[in-house]
Amino acid sequence: MATGAYALSFGALSVTAGLSVLETCALSLLMFTGASQFAFIGVVGAGGNPWAGAATAALLGTRNGLYGMRLAAILQARGLKRLGAAHFIIDETTAMAIARETPADSRYAYWSTAIALFCLWNLGTLIGALATHALPDPKVLGLDAAPPAAFLALLAPRLRAREPVAIALAAAVLALVLLPFLPQGVPLLVIAVLVALTGLRPR
Amino acid sequence: MTLWAPLLAACAACYAIKLAGLSLPQRVLGDDRIQRIVPLLPVALLAALVATSTFAVGRHLVVDARAAALVVAAVAVLLRAPFLVVVAAGAATAALIRLLA
Repeated sequence: MATGAYALSFGALSVTAGLSVLETCALSLLMFTGASQFAFIGVVGAGGNPWAGAATAALLGTRNGLYGMRLAAILQARGLKRLGAAHFIIDETTAMAIARETPADSRYAYWSTAIALFCLWNLGTLIGALATHALPDPKVLGLDAAPPAAFLALLAPRLRAREPVAIALAAAVLALVLLPFLPQGVPLLVIAVLVALTGLRPR
Repeated sequence: MTLWAPLLAACAACYAIKLAGLSLPQRVLGDDRIQRIVPLLPVALLAALVATSTFAVGRHLVVDARAAALVVAAVAVLLRAPFLVVVAAGAATAALIRLLA
């Protein structure tokens, strides 16, 4: 149910950001990773270059690669099954799969969560998008002012230690400092490069 | 029409990252630097998106109804409200302020 509500807000904010219902549904069907989808519509909705939005979405999706690494041994998927399994690697399916005791239970948890979430996510997106498309002006409901709340809700669960809090504050300040000097969306990419450089530094 | 190319490219990139995770040998992705950097990327990027989506109009910085929406959303987050409630609280705050202004 939480996923359905989350998807409703994605559909609503995507149409408010100026995407069509079809583009909004394509994102949920083909990208299927929430934070990346919100980032893409966030950059596009703010008038940024869509390619900067695409790069930001991909960078936010890199964590799914680490989840895939943890799932590889559990899922043991080969050939076409691996191509299918890959699409559903997100925070929630990974969490459900690795919480189980046996590989068989993990595989069952992975696939059942994947199918349920994929259906809910896409249904919620469609309903949210259609409902918002039917509104005469989404601004009256303040929907154009909702992206900060959505990004904050996505960020908050990741701030459970001192290092991420410091990085979040530094990134927020830097984004505002760079904003007047770079094309829209580009400060995000500069910040990603700086994070990578910080991580490469020898300890 | 220009949106479809970046949209589909972003979808392809996100899928390729997922598939690479399932397929690449452990020693590539198990590298210490990758293990350190990757979890920090969403933190930095989402924080930057919070800041810019709150204060940017084009390439200018402004304080408007969105800043109040962010404060109310932060309170909702601290009260552990569900995602939809946080977003709705932010939107409703902006709508109310505009109505009163």
